[in-house]
Amino acid sequence: MLLISNGRVLNPATGSDAPRDILLDGEFILGIAPPGQLASQAQGAEVFDARNLIVAPGFIDLHCHLREPGGESSETIETGARAAARGGFTAVCPMPNTRPVNDNASLTRSIVERAAVVSPVRVWPIGAASIGSKGEALAEIAAMQKAGIVAVSDDGHPIANAKLLRSVMEYCRELDLPVIDHCEDSSLFAGAVMREGRQSVRLGLRGMPAATESLCVARDVQVGELTHCRLHIAHLSARASLELVRAAKASGLPVTCEVTPHHFTLTDEDVQYDSRYKMNPPLASREDRDALIAGLADGAVDAIATDHAPHEPALKDVEFDRAPFGVTGFETALGLGLELVHAGKLSLMRLVELFTSGPARVLGMQRRIAENEPADLTIFSTEHKWTFRAEESASKSRNSPFDGREFRGAPMATIVAGKIVYRR
Amino acid sequence: MLGIEPLSAEEIVFLLDQSKPFQEIQRHPLKKLATLRGKTVALAFFEPSTRTRISFSTAASRLGADQMNLQAESSSLKKGESLLDTVRTLDAMKPDCIVIRHSSSGAPEFVTRHLPLPVINAGDGTHEHPTQALLDALTILDRRGTLEGLNVTILGDILHSRVARSNIHLLSKFGCRFTLCGPAMWLPRELECLGPAGTSIRRVTRIAEALRDADVVLTLRVQQERLHEPSLSIDEYVLQYQLTPERLRLAKPGALVLHPGPMIRGLEIDPAVADGPQSCVLEQVTNGLAVRMALLFLMIGAPADAPSEKESSHAAD
Repeated sequence: MLLISNGRVLNPATGSDAPRDILLDGEFILGIAPPGQLASQAQGAEVFDARNLIVAPGFIDLHCHLREPGGESSETIETGARAAARGGFTAVCPMPNTRPVNDNASLTRSIVERAAVVSPVRVWPIGAASIGSKGEALAEIAAMQKAGIVAVSDDGHPIANAKLLRSVMEYCRELDLPVIDHCEDSSLFAGAVMREGRQSVRLGLRGMPAATESLCVARDVQVGELTHCRLHIAHLSARASLELVRAAKASGLPVTCEVTPHHFTLTDEDVQYDSRYKMNPPLASREDRDALIAGLADGAVDAIATDHAPHEPALKDVEFDRAPFGVTGFETALGLGLELVHAGKLSLMRLVELFTSGPARVLGMQRRIAENEPADLTIFSTEHKWTFRAEESASKSRNSPFDGREFRGAPMATIVAGKIVYRR
Repeated sequence: MLGIEPLSAEEIVFLLDQSKPFQEIQRHPLKKLATLRGKTVALAFFEPSTRTRISFSTAASRLGADQMNLQAESSSLKKGESLLDTVRTLDAMKPDCIVIRHSSSGAPEFVTRHLPLPVINAGDGTHEHPTQALLDALTILDRRGTLEGLNVTILGDILHSRVARSNIHLLSKFGCRFTLCGPAMWLPRELECLGPAGTSIRRVTRIAEALRDADVVLTLRVQQERLHEPSLSIDEYVLQYQLTPERLRLAKPGALVLHPGPMIRGLEIDPAVADGPQSCVLEQVTNGLAVRMALLFLMIGAPADAPSEKESSHAAD
């Protein structure tokens, strides 16, 4: 048994925010009560003193890349999951764009089985929507669901065309699986390496307009209207896209979206030929960034997702336009979210929701601290001062634009199935 | 020397002043100096280039420097070696500076982040071509006596032109006003923000309007591969934007015509203009030598007995 004592427990599912003791027994929560009241039940339990700390439901990351199989020089399930635990995540959803692509049940099973052996956190794979994510034939979605996928996506690329998307959505509606789309109009994207704007023109780097994303979001929402399947927009970066999601929600469609920490923190003005600032979708304009923050605060955005995308130095340390897209994100996500809280732009409760019950809802799950719920908890400080050093990261890769950034607030312990898998 | 943008007007005037003695040298029967004897200049041209490479090479020769030559066609890049490994290899042969031409914007800056060697940008992608802007400025200065307050018209594919960017960065520091002219898809609105705050940059799609009151007309090379991209016919371009004698008459009398080369007669420029009295094309080429000699001299021509000159080299960036 493990007693988490004296923490300030935030439970976005119920809106409660109060000092509580939580008693964990094995993989489940045995009880939650005001401080001291569990003393008799907790006799002999190990005690974690959470005084001055926040105790939240376990964080879920809807979007990451663990690179195994096929990209083990950049990351493995083990190293990626360890980095996730250090970031306070208790469950992560790796995208299927491994080599080979996770488009069949045997590969899904191998990922799940490997994770069971090496991962300190839960690994909930996302399966490919189409075979090889090539945008032609539907992948074996039902078989993958039995093997453990929680959603489908052709991430890295949009689902290729409206007809295929419609088929995928009709099929997934019956399976009750969300379809996650990486929204991008490939003709506008064509060869671009950053957001189009003053900075791309100044640097002489090929830019893509915000419409590259929002055109595809508009397509997806309309196909969503045809099918009424749950649709989740990955790494949303543009104000215009967010407006489409807002309108879809207002009309009652099951549309959700996520925003990454780098998109709510940085803008295209931060791009200076340093490939650690290169990701897709690219860093957006200041106006877009501010709109994303407003969406995080008012509920238009459902989740913060890292899009943790490790690339080994040999791949990333090249000319800007030749570098692959992607930045790491597990270990800096909470710190960046807390920057919004400290700046008064987001409430602490809302931030916790974006890491817990928000992403859970996208997956059709619940995430709350209550008796008999899984004993997954994220304990963090809002005040602990620290500096992120990419070379000290648990990830195999170093491609973070936040190397050297000073943070106020950090994960102090990550608890998965009743076990402390990370402790600062 | 990575770009014109970070330089001040004073620094540019200094560079141009330093170039003047080297203009003299081009007129001498014997053009070779020994100033950089014992120094080595690495010429790393990752993108095919004829005139800029020959110009830098000749500039180094006339200063007495030795050269290492790396050309795209024969480079190990073709064999898959990374830029970083290639320049580290060059660096291990101990050159005193490296001149880089590369098709990726920002490649010279990338190299300076990894090597403590002075780098001269000989054109990077669609970002900057600083020595071209300096030689253009020197040419204008020779003919006009000043860079201050000129009306500068730039014709062509501005969006993809490093020459246009470097020229705008340079001449805007002297209060020049710019008119950018070409097909609309090559003239994004953001170009108006290129110079320092307050710089007058207007975009015009009609050449007659663009040439009115021009003191200097900079004609850019039309990259034929670009014509295919948003699919514009060459005939259409010639019809709308070719610099012809009739059109040039709309500019101020005696307006200068500059072209960075290579020039395609009959496409962006009418031969009568290219060969006419207002054309500065060949002076530009000669001035290119002067500017590049001055730059090499300033960057690596420190007294031979100066201690740890390599350590101090970053100041030149």
